[in-house]
Amino acid sequence: MSKHNFGYFIHEGVSNMFSHGFMSFAAIGITVACLLIMGTFTLVAVNANGLLKDLERENEMLAFVEEDFAEPKNLQSKLAAIPNVASVTFISRQQAMERFVEQYPDEEMFRDLDPNILRDRFSIKVADLERISQTKAAVDAVDGIAYVNASEEIAGGFITLRNVATVVCVALIAILFLVSVFIISNTIRLTTFDRREEIAIMRMVGATNGFIRWPFVYEGFLMGFLGASVAFLMEWGLYEAVAQGVSTSDAMQLIEVIPFKELWGPVAGSFAGAGIFIGVGGSLSAIRKYLQV
Amino acid sequence: MLESESALIELKDVEMEYDNGTKAIRGISLRIDPGEFVFLVGPSGSGKSTIIKLLTGEVEPNAGRVRVNGFSTRNISERQIPLMRRTLGVIFQDFRLIEKKTVYDNLAFVMRAVGASAKESRKRIPYVLELVGLEKKAYSYPDELSGGEQQRVAIARALVNNPATIIADEPTGNLDPERSLELMDLLVKINKLGTTMVVVTHEKDLVDHFGKRVVTIDSGRVVNDSVGGYVGGRIHV
Repeated sequence: MSKHNFGYFIHEGVSNMFSHGFMSFAAIGITVACLLIMGTFTLVAVNANGLLKDLERENEMLAFVEEDFAEPKNLQSKLAAIPNVASVTFISRQQAMERFVEQYPDEEMFRDLDPNILRDRFSIKVADLERISQTKAAVDAVDGIAYVNASEEIAGGFITLRNVATVVCVALIAILFLVSVFIISNTIRLTTFDRREEIAIMRMVGATNGFIRWPFVYEGFLMGFLGASVAFLMEWGLYEAVAQGVSTSDAMQLIEVIPFKELWGPVAGSFAGAGIFIGVGGSLSAIRKYLQV
Repeated sequence: MLESESALIELKDVEMEYDNGTKAIRGISLRIDPGEFVFLVGPSGSGKSTIIKLLTGEVEPNAGRVRVNGFSTRNISERQIPLMRRTLGVIFQDFRLIEKKTVYDNLAFVMRAVGASAKESRKRIPYVLELVGLEKKAYSYPDELSGGEQQRVAIARALVNNPATIIADEPTGNLDPERSLELMDLLVKINKLGTTMVVVTHEKDLVDHFGKRVVTIDSGRVVNDSVGGYVGGRIHV
């Protein structure tokens, strides 16, 4: 591609976009709508996944120390060194009794219990719930640990829930993406249909396929990028509004929304990538049939 | 290859059948030398349009050979088709101008399509517009022009890349008799400047008026090839 053709292609791409204003507006509008739906769905999925991970992290196992083990606190470093252990907190008999009593404030008979009926224990949180069984076995094997209580079934439930949610999200996003490509490709096909005469004239005077194709590629690029930019700004506004709503709602106090400043990079990158891919891909697929012969 | 060899049009024992089974051309042989003016006449469905499609590379012959200005269109590669088309200028009955572009831009657009710079366009377009008598209409849009003027823009567009051959498909089909005569005069003038001219027409009076070579096609065959006006055969208007 020569230098003066490059400038010409960009000029043609931009001016074609404006001279076919309504169809360009339609293509950009549909790009915005599709990206917004996909983006919103993805952000909801990301937040739901984050919420599930938070809940997973709350899942703890209790390692009870042998009755006659001297200096139980010394076990803390051994337990912390076990792979997949995220945190270890020592709970003495006294603290365990206090918590027990706190749980049953109306039961007076519990208040005078001797803390020595309970054992010293460690509250252990794991990094990866899927490996909770191996971690439990390793904790159990530590000298001085009498037994371990771990809610393996609850952990399994979390894992299943997260896996199902991930598969459903990925499948829905993929379907939305394919539907978007189809709709946008057809919209651009309509704009191309409007210009089949120009293409026929170019072919008849001896323009190469590349020469005919490039302005459409730039136009598709530009429409995709513009659509992505508008969708990003709208997504940002929408997200902040929802986050604000969640944070001020009493009913949803337990939900912590990931701040947009932590997400804007991947969101902007994905929107720009998807918008440009859809725009350029749609243009190329729409023009292909006019370039035969 | 000699210059004259590279600028001729030749169909040799050409047969052409469309995918739907219609046999459009049945063994046509025809040679048009550089600088010739040829009328291609014949009834509707006789195969005239298919001959144009064969010459522009839109269809390939099933048998025989088609040579256009040094290119053989049988088994021509996709890369060579644009190069072959650059040796041709095509004029259509319905003008096929781009309504959203001015006369100047309609011409600049086809010059750019074959790689000409804006500077070359600025030099060539005024000359061509003057040749067709439209120098004052350069910045008009097609819908501001009469039918005759629009067809002259189409001729200017066919000429602007300086092709060896101009193929005009029913160029006077949408014009009144007076404008038709003017337009044909213009094509004769361009032919005298050295451009080979192939004109497909139904208009017997025009053909007789100019006394050029006339090739009559009927049922996919050449039924008459003579000079001096329409002789024999049938022309259905």
